[in-house]
This record gives sequence, C-alpha cells and structure tokens, in this order.
Amino acid sequence: MPTFLRDVHMKRHNLLDTLFRNITRLSAFAVLLLLVAIIVSLIIGSAPSIKAFGFNFLTSTDWDPVTDEYGAFVPIVGTLATSAIALLIAIPVSFGIALFLTELSPRWLRRPLGIAIELLAGIPSIIYGMWGLFVFAPLFADHVQPWLIEELGPLPIFGPLFQGIPMGIGVLTAGIILAIMVIPFIASVMRDVFEVVPTLLKESAYGLGATTWEVMWNVVLPYTKIGVAGGIMLGLGRALGETMAVTFVIGNAHELSASLMMPGNSISSALANEFNEAVGELYTSALIELGLILFLITFIVLSLARYMLYILAKREGSTA
Amino acid sequence: MNKSTLLFCCISLFASLFAAGNAFADVSITGAGATFPYPIYAKWADTYKSQTDISVNYQSIGSGGGIKQIIAKTVDFGASDMPLKPEYLKKNGLMQFPAVMGGVVPVINIPGIAAGQLKLNGKALADIFQGKITKWNHPTIKALNPGAKLPNKTIIVVHRSDGSGTTFIFTNYLSKVSPGWKSAIGEGTAVSWKTGTGGKGNEGVASYVQRIKNSIGYVEYAYALQNKMAYVQLKNHDGQFVKPNDTSFKSAAANADWKKTSGFYELLTNEPGKESWPITGATFILMHKTQKEPESAKEVLKFFDWAYNNGDKMAEALDYVPMPEKVQQLVRTAWKEQIKDNKGNAIWK
Repeated sequence: MPTFLRDVHMKRHNLLDTLFRNITRLSAFAVLLLLVAIIVSLIIGSAPSIKAFGFNFLTSTDWDPVTDEYGAFVPIVGTLATSAIALLIAIPVSFGIALFLTELSPRWLRRPLGIAIELLAGIPSIIYGMWGLFVFAPLFADHVQPWLIEELGPLPIFGPLFQGIPMGIGVLTAGIILAIMVIPFIASVMRDVFEVVPTLLKESAYGLGATTWEVMWNVVLPYTKIGVAGGIMLGLGRALGETMAVTFVIGNAHELSASLMMPGNSISSALANEFNEAVGELYTSALIELGLILFLITFIVLSLARYMLYILAKREGSTA
Repeated sequence: MNKSTLLFCCISLFASLFAAGNAFADVSITGAGATFPYPIYAKWADTYKSQTDISVNYQSIGSGGGIKQIIAKTVDFGASDMPLKPEYLKKNGLMQFPAVMGGVVPVINIPGIAAGQLKLNGKALADIFQGKITKWNHPTIKALNPGAKLPNKTIIVVHRSDGSGTTFIFTNYLSKVSPGWKSAIGEGTAVSWKTGTGGKGNEGVASYVQRIKNSIGYVEYAYALQNKMAYVQLKNHDGQFVKPNDTSFKSAAANADWKKTSGFYELLTNEPGKESWPITGATFILMHKTQKEPESAKEVLKFFDWAYNNGDKMAEALDYVPMPEKVQQLVRTAWKEQIKDNKGNAIWK
C-alpha cells in the first residue's frame, strides 16, 4: 500500500477514534453533570428551611406542620437504625448462604438455589412492604415480640431497646424486612467473589489439614474482602434509600423512642408520606432538606467505605 | 439517587398528562386534587361522558397538589378536602364550593367489643389521641360505658402519616371540643402527633387498626363500611349519642349555616341537631374567579350542575353523602355572582 493511502486510512481512523472518545467522555460527564444538578436543585429547594432552622434542623425532634417547626433528628435516627439492624442480620446470613453455595452444597443444588436468591432481588419493594404488614407483622406481634419484651426488656443495658407494646410494626420490623431485601444483593456478590478464589489456594490449605471453616476464614475471606465489603456497601446503599417497604412497616411516627418496638420514621418514608400533601413553602422545603440529608448520608457512608478499602489495600501492599 | 429519579419521573409524567389534557381542551375538562372524592368524581365523569360526550379528566394527586395546580392554572378546577380560608382564596383569586360530603369515623379493634358498642365523647376522644388516656379501662371511658367489659390494655393510637383532609376534619373537631387539644396540637392536614403510629392513607389506617389489637384510628366513613370495622358512637353537640350513617351526616349538613359563612368556609364538625354526626365534612372544588377561557369554565360548572341534579344516587351508592338541595342552590348563586370572564360578565346564567 502506498504511503499516502495509508495516511488517509490513518486519518480516518484517528477521526473515528476521537469521535468515539468524545462520545464516551460526554456520557461519563453527563452522569457527573446530572449528579451536580440534583445536588444544586436540592440545595436551592431546601434554602428556606436551611435559613429558618440552620443546624438545629439536624438535632431537633420537632415535626409540627401546624406551627411550621421542623427537625430531622427522628428520621435520621430511623434511617440509620433500620439500616444498621438490616446489616446486622443480613451480613451473617448472606455469609452463610455464600459459604453453603460455594463450599458445602451438593453440585446439583447450587444452580437452583443461586437462581432463587437472585430472583428474590427482583421482587418489587412494595411486595416486601405488603408482605411485611399483612403476613410478617401479625406473626411477629403474636409470637416473637411478647417473648422479646418479656425476656430482653428487663435486661440492664439493652433492655430499653426491647420495651414496649407488641404491635408488630416499628423500627425493628422495618430493619428485619430490610434485611430480607438486602440479603439477595449481599449474598450473590459474596458468592460470586468466593467463586473466583483460585482452587490452588484452597486445595493447598485443605492439603495442610485445614477445616472448611478455617479455609473460609483464613484463605477465602482475606482473599475476597474487598469484594465482600463492596457487596455489603451495595446492600447498605439499598437499605438507606429504601422507601415503600419501610413506609409500610415502620409506623411513621415522628417520635423519638429508645425502644426498637415502637414506631419511628425514616427519611425516605417521611418523604413518601408527606411530599404530596405538603402545603406551604417551609414544609416542602423541610422535606427537600431531608432529601438532601439522605443524599449526604449516603455520600458519606460510601466515601468512608471507599476510604476503608483504600487503607486495607495499602496495608496489604506494604506487608506483601 | 433513587428518590430524585422517582421525583423526576413523576414530574415528567404529570407534565405529559397535563400536556395531553391541554391538547384536547375543546372536548375535555381537567381537574386535579383530593384523593378522598376520587371514586365519585370518576363515576360522575364516566356517566357524564356517556351522556354528553364531554370527558372530565380528574387526577387524584392529593389536596395539596390540587391547590398548587389550580393556582398555577394548569387545570380547569382543583379539589381539596380542606376548605381554604377566605383570605387565602382572595389572595389567589379563587372561589370554592362544596361538591359532596362524607364523615370521619373513629374505628376500634378491641376484642369483645362490637361495632357501635363503645361510646365516647369529644373530650375523651381528644384525650385518647393526645396520649392522656392510655388504658381502655380508664375511669372516663368507664363512666361513658357503664356495664361494658373494658380491658386493662394500653390503647394504641393509629393516625394518618400523610397529609390529609380527613386529618384536618378530625383535628378540627378535636380542637372545637377540647381546649387542651387546641393549644397543644391544633388543626391541620398534618399535625404533630404526641402518640401512636401512622398509616398511609385511609387504607393504611384501616389495615393497622384491623391488625393491631386494642387500637383506635379514624377513617372516612366509606372505608369503615367497606372494611366492616367497629365504629364508635359519639356524643354530639346536643348531648345525644349518634351512630355514623347517612341520616346523621345529612343532619349535620342541614344544620350548618352555609349562608352566613363567606366563601363556603364551613366545617361541619360539632354541628347542632339531635341526629347530627359530629365529625362530618364536605370536599371542595376550587376555581378561578376570572376566567380567561370562559368556555371550559362553563363546561366545569355544567358538569357539577349535572352532578348536583343527577349524581345523588351514585354518591350514595359509593357511601358519600350528597349536598342538601338548599346548599346546592346557594352554590349555583355563588357561581353566578363570583365567576366572571375577562369582561366581567357572569359565566353561569
């Protein structure tokens, strides 16, 4: 091929390359732009409320649409408490699921079980909410809560968490429903990362006489901890923002209570409940500020998680 | 992230709905607002369409949304469960009229106590919802119900978690009968509850009450009927115990002095009359006083005139209470006097 022809070819290629690069860059930046636009509109929307309440908004437990006084403390606590309960339950269960699926389960059972867990992730959240309210809450109120209140209620430190009336709905119920919702996410990520552990490593450990548990704890988990942490963060992200299912079972009360049995509120369920009918600038603005706070909480949690992973990776590098 | 996307979707959905509404403005009228009267407005609209070929497109987005939409003039009429104060109407150039009525009914779930067996008065009801009376066998409740077997159980209060005209009517009644309630909580579509748990919508409150033993809540009459819930008898203004039904709602409406109140700002709570149910309320239609498009405004008025004349049976079938004849006449007069086109001519003749 003569050189000038090749040059023309090259030029066309270069042109296409540049075009393609710019299109992909534009797509990537569009996400960033959208993110910034959402933050800006949230800040503009919550300006009247920020002006009126300042930092008191974060610590005040008032929520009174009649006198136009708002505070976000109750929904913030509710959001964090339900997510914490959800993770507390979901992490060990998901670990168990992933351990069983990758190490212990007979081969023929792995696929159907794995698919079943992934299907759980596809159920719309309102179904979980309705199931929670109509099926789980009555059973919980009749059979589990009375026991919890009687046995754990009188305990010295943790006792107040379990005192109250067996209603079936409340912060604890919301946490449990959330746990069921995030288990499929965490479990399937855990299973996927456990599966990529090189057989060589595991075989060597078994060869040295390690038990299944020792292999899991000392070989598989250290090898996959970044992936596992990623799966947990995915679950946490879902738990923090979940709206419908929580609204159904949390009880939607703007009251601060030490007990997990009592109704509470979360940021997203307060928004779902009140946004439609919020009349007046300050009310709407306070709700938008709640949204902004949820945004910030999610951002902080995810950044912390990233930072933690970064530190972990660095320490790994220095010891190796 | 999740919610912002949702919000965005909602906005674009509404935008497209209203855009569609405007495109067919010559053959259809649009309204938006309260969810409580949605079933009857939809029924009326459907029958009206089959008789006149004019379609009424009503979006039940909530009273708050309805007020915002009519002020923004994106709809021909707005609807609100809560009447707007005359000053607020004036500020926004609006007028309002009642379309249909309903009652708010306290409902209970106490094992062993059947519908209508429990009797309460306004003061006791306010104290229960304020958390001052916490047990079912409290002396106040016992005194109102001699002979009834009231359990020594904690009362679980269920209220609305979303803003609602139902809550407004209910808290308005409690404010009228209990000074303690008025100073501590007051009235509104959403208030600062001191106790209890919140259900979303009438159906949310109904299902919580049905599921939680020893609970008390309040729902629209239709929901109490349809879910076969145990209602409470209330002592009314005249000192009589009454049950919630068509007769007691109509009595409350008939005894209200609609003529005296400006702008139909009338709440039918704690009305006099031996048979009157104390927590009754109307749901309202909002329209602009000066109409740029008199044709569509006329269609709206025609629709509600038709509904007044022909819609009573349909309303009753859906457990609403039609407005009394004399109130309907007052409304027609108000149309004539208040709704004008650009030149100041009355649209309704």
